[in-house]
Parts: sequence; structure tokens; C-alpha cells
Amino acid sequence: MALLNFDLPKLPLGDAIEWFVRWLVANLSVIFDGIRDGLNFITGLLRDGMLAIEPVILILIFGLIIWLLTSKLTALLGIVGLGLIWNIGLWPQLISTLVLVVVAVIIALIIGIPIGVLMTRSSKLEAAMRPVLDFMQTMPPFVYLIPAVMLFGIGIVPGLFATIIFAIPPPVRLTYLGITQVPEDMKEMAVAFGANDRQVLRKVELPLSLPSIMAGVNQCIMLGISMVVIAAMIGAGGLGGEVMRSVNRLDLALGFESGLAIVIMAIILDRVSRNIGSGKEPPLSRIIQYIKKRRLQKKEQQASSA
Amino acid sequence: MTVKIEARNLVKIYGDNTGKALELFNQGYTRSEIQKETGLTLGVAGANFEVEEGEIFVLIGLSGSGKSTLLRLINALIMPTSGSLLVEGQAIEKMTEKELRRLRGERISMVFQHFAILPNRTIIDNVSFGMEIRGVVKEERQKRAEKALETVGLGEWRNAMPNQLSGGMKQRVGLARALVMDADILLMDEPFGALDALIRAEMQEELINLQREIKKTVVFVTHDLDEALRLGDKIAIMRDGAIEQIGTADEILAEPANEYVENFLTGIDVSKILDASSVSKWPRELVRETESVSVALHRMKKADSDYLFVLGPRRKLVGYITRDDILPLSKKREKSFADVIRKADTIPADTIMRDIYPALRQADRALAVVDEKERFLGIITHNTLVDTLDERKGGDGIAEL
Repeated sequence: MALLNFDLPKLPLGDAIEWFVRWLVANLSVIFDGIRDGLNFITGLLRDGMLAIEPVILILIFGLIIWLLTSKLTALLGIVGLGLIWNIGLWPQLISTLVLVVVAVIIALIIGIPIGVLMTRSSKLEAAMRPVLDFMQTMPPFVYLIPAVMLFGIGIVPGLFATIIFAIPPPVRLTYLGITQVPEDMKEMAVAFGANDRQVLRKVELPLSLPSIMAGVNQCIMLGISMVVIAAMIGAGGLGGEVMRSVNRLDLALGFESGLAIVIMAIILDRVSRNIGSGKEPPLSRIIQYIKKRRLQKKEQQASSA
Repeated sequence: MTVKIEARNLVKIYGDNTGKALELFNQGYTRSEIQKETGLTLGVAGANFEVEEGEIFVLIGLSGSGKSTLLRLINALIMPTSGSLLVEGQAIEKMTEKELRRLRGERISMVFQHFAILPNRTIIDNVSFGMEIRGVVKEERQKRAEKALETVGLGEWRNAMPNQLSGGMKQRVGLARALVMDADILLMDEPFGALDALIRAEMQEELINLQREIKKTVVFVTHDLDEALRLGDKIAIMRDGAIEQIGTADEILAEPANEYVENFLTGIDVSKILDASSVSKWPRELVRETESVSVALHRMKKADSDYLFVLGPRRKLVGYITRDDILPLSKKREKSFADVIRKADTIPADTIMRDIYPALRQADRALAVVDEKERFLGIITHNTLVDTLDERKGGDGIAEL
């Protein structure tokens, strides 16, 4: 027993991480301040821009976009849902949450999809990324809030940061998965016709893995939305802020309304993003095809008359 | 005649660190010995051949004999481990990546066994693919692709999507995509292997006619002996990565170089090792003893058949019923067809091929294959037999012999 009795010093794991983040704050604050100001500016601009439009008009514009990307019924329900949010007085909060989610998702995709592509090119990177992705997905998202606040202070930007970290893994994984599932003979065909690696990627791998990549986008959006409430803990505001406030005050009415608003937004974003690249033909693609067809007919008319 | 493609002592060993394996090969070790020693696979074992301009050169062998590997060495989709492969006098193993891409894009085109048609593109955009890679402007791409589609008889289909096309049509698209590149050399990797027998014969005919006009240098991989004899100006028979014999069809048939070739030509000996259970197929529909007349009729309609086998508990074969027998029952609104079940012609699962033929000839309809406990395993019709023979001919079935 004596053998087990010696004092094993505790590994300074947490201290090391804290030291590292503090070091970042102390030495690279210029960069982080720049990022914060930039993101603050962009999100502020988007939010103020959308809030400057009359809600009714904006709801109709959203309805039109939903219709183009999905179907009449979804658009109609979307308009009703958005109208409800406006009616219960959560419109400004919805807009700021929407901006938070959309900006976070766009940044997550800009980072995530290329990483997924690079992982298909290097098995070493793939092996290195796998545990990192597992870590990112299983670490309780609250934990991200701490370094986010240390690096960016309080407000919407640390919320963005935490949301991005949380939402990146699905697009990375599903991009990787989609590309590795492209049939070998399709790639071989492209190479046999003289394609270089970039052409194989652009003309074969990406188009054929689009459904999988879009599933990643969809998952990314869903995770982003689920992070909204958590991000409100560090002052990201929006609908999440309302949820937080209702919890603090035990205000069931407000809690239900703001929660419902998040649900409505989530459903709309899910339906829209799920439909893209799923092989279904929403009105937008039908319109594009119609225009293409008209142009083709015109060309053929010209050719036959000439 | 000029030599278009020439292989000198071409060796391909799959895997990393091929040095030791290559040494063993040079010392005369066989493929299986090398595999045992190093764990690496010898794909091509010292191939030598010449392909002359304008001829169809057929590579034939069982699966795993290295014919597809050899084909892929020609356009450097696979790099040789040692030896040399010259295309129009230039050694591919010495080319830079850029030169190789030009070789593939401009001098060699390829047709694939499973078509490799991109499902997200229209037919004409599929045909344009190679030109797109090469950077041909859109107008010209369109024009040339249309012409190529006319050549293969698919002009009408240019704006269709691939999933609207049958297998034979897809391979025409694959052919058009290769022809439109205007390359001198055409590599065809079992191009008709995935098509059914009728379409295959038709495509072979068309290829022969087309070749009269375009006079390409074609390297054609197949495992179908008939196809090889029909198309090949020169035929190379491969085994375990090595070429056993090269010659015209007549030369090879008249004077097989060795016993293996002789067996290969005559010994489509599938009949020895295939038994009834391995060629049988599960029928589209079956009916249980306890089910009703109307269910049986519905199934017949679904399977487009005028009879159904009837199974009892534990897959035991009871017999079969015909439409003519149960239609009157249906009119009389009777539920059970138990009285009209006929005795089925059965055959034990381990019956060898050559005993199946006579049994099949005597059978009223399909033969039911049963095991020793009279359990139903599948059916054999004349069609299944022909299909199986066709698939197995030169296929995996006799590799072990």
C-alpha cells in the first residue's frame, strides 16, 4: 500500500491552457481587437440594415426567398411564423439572432469546407483532425464561453466565436465523407481525360458530394441555433437573451414566447437549407432551367434562320 | 505501319517499397511466392508487346490477370514499377506530371466498364467533359459534342440526364466522350462488360463499323473470348500478370502457345464446377400454401409470369400453380388453390451443370432447386442458365482451376 501512497503532483493541465489564452490576450490583443471590431461592424450593419426595413416588408421578402428555395406551403407557413414573432414583439431580437447565426454559419463554412477537402488530400491531416473534431463536438459548449470572453470581451463577437467553434465539425466531417464517397471510377475518368487535382475536385468531387456537403451545412445551422441561447450568457443578446432573462425572472410567458420564436426560426432555416442540393426542384431551379431553355431555343432559332 | 504503343519488360507491383518484390521477380519468383514473401501484389509481370497504328489490340484474361492494370499503364493512371512503356516513341515513365496530363488529354482517351458518366450533368455536358478540361471554348465544345453524339446515334438525347438512359446508351455516351477528344489512341476497359448479351453484340458490331471510318489505335480489355475473337486484330492472352501469347485470332486458335492458352480457348469449363444451387436465382414472386387465390393472381401480375411456385412452412416446396388453373377458381370466388397445385420439376442443389441441361429440357416450366430436406433454394430457367454461363465465362468461376 505504501507504494500507492506517494504524492503524485497534479498535472497543471488547466493552468497551461489558461496561461496560453492569457498569453494570447497579452500579446496578440491587436489581432483579436481587430477581429472583434470587424465582426461587430459587420453584424451591426446587417442588423441595423434589416431593422431599418419595415417588418411586414421584410417578412414578405423572407417569404419570397423561402418560396424560391422550397415550396409554396413552406413559404406560407414561414410567413405566418415570422408574423407571429413580429406580433409578440420579438422582431428585433429575432433579427439579431438571425444575424448571429447566419454570420457564424458562413464563417464556419468558409473554414470548415476547405478543411474537409484538405483532409481528403492528406491522410495525416485527416488523422490529426479526427480527435480535434471529436474534442470540439464533445466539449460542453459552455466551456468555449470562457476563452471567448477573455479574447473578445462581452457581446455578440464572443458569442459568434463560441458558435463557430461549436458548429464547425459537421461541415468538416460531411465534406470529407461526401468526397471520399465519390465513386473511384468517376475520379479516374477525370484524370484519364487529363484533369489535374483541382479540376477533379471542382468538376467531379464537389458536385457529386454536394448532397453530403449540404447536409453538413444544415447540421451547421442547427448547431448554430442551439448555441444561440448559450451565447446569450455572455451578452450576445437576441432571442437567447430573452430566454436567459425569462429564466432569471421565472417568467414563463416570456420564456415560452422567445423559445417558440427560436423554434420557428430553426424550422425555417432547416427546411430551406435541407432543400438545397437534395435533388428536389424548388421554384428557383425551375426558373433557372426555364431561362436556360428559352436561351437555348433562341440560339437554335438564330442558327436555323442564319 | 508505325508502332503506336510499345511495352518493354513492363512490371507493375502494387504497394510501397517494391524494391524487394522486384528483386524477387527478377530472380524468377512467381506471383504467389512474391505475395507470400512481401505481401505485395504483382500486377503486371514483364509484359512485352507492340500495338500498331489503326489496329484493335485485345487484352484478354481472367479477372486478376492484370489486363486492366496493363491498360492503365498506357495512359499512366498507374505508373510502372520497372520497364518502359512508349507511346508514340515517348516513354511515359519519364514524363512530368504536366506532360502526362497532356498525353491523357490529347493523345489517349478512355472508355470505362461502368461508364463513369457524371450523374449531375446533361448528356452533352458529359460528352464535353474532356474538352472542358482541355480548355476548349464553349461554342466549339457544344458543336463537337453534338457531332459526336450524332455519330453514336444519340443526337436526340443531348439535353437528357444520364438517369434517363439505358446501360447501352450510357456506354454510347462514354464512347462519344472519348471520340470527341480526337485522340489517336482509344483505351477501352471492358466497355461492354456491364451490358446484356444482345446490346453487347450490337455495340460490338457498331464498334467494328465505326473503326472502319475512324481508324483509331484501340486497346480493348475483355474477359469474353467471343468478343476478343470478333474484335481483335491482335489478341494478347494474359495470366497472373504475364502475357501468355500474342497473335491474331487465327494464329492463336491454330497454334496455342501452351496448355494454358489451349485450355483457355476450349475449356470454358464452367460446367464442371458450377452446380444447380450456384446458378439458381430467387424468383421475383412466390406464394405461400396458406395464401389466397387473389393474392396469387396479384403476384403473377407483378412478376409478369403465368405460374408461381408454392411454398409451405420452412420454405418447403409444395409445387406450383398456373394462371390458367386458378383463374376459374377466382371467378367462382374460391379462396384456396390447394386443389390445383401441380407437382414441380425439382433438381437437387448439388446437380452439376451438364446434368442440368437435360432436366431443364424436360421440365414444363422452371426447375426448382431444392436441398436434401426439400427446401426451396431458387429456380433455374433457360434464361438464368444462359446469363450465368455468360457471366462466368472467363470470370472468377474458373480461376481456381
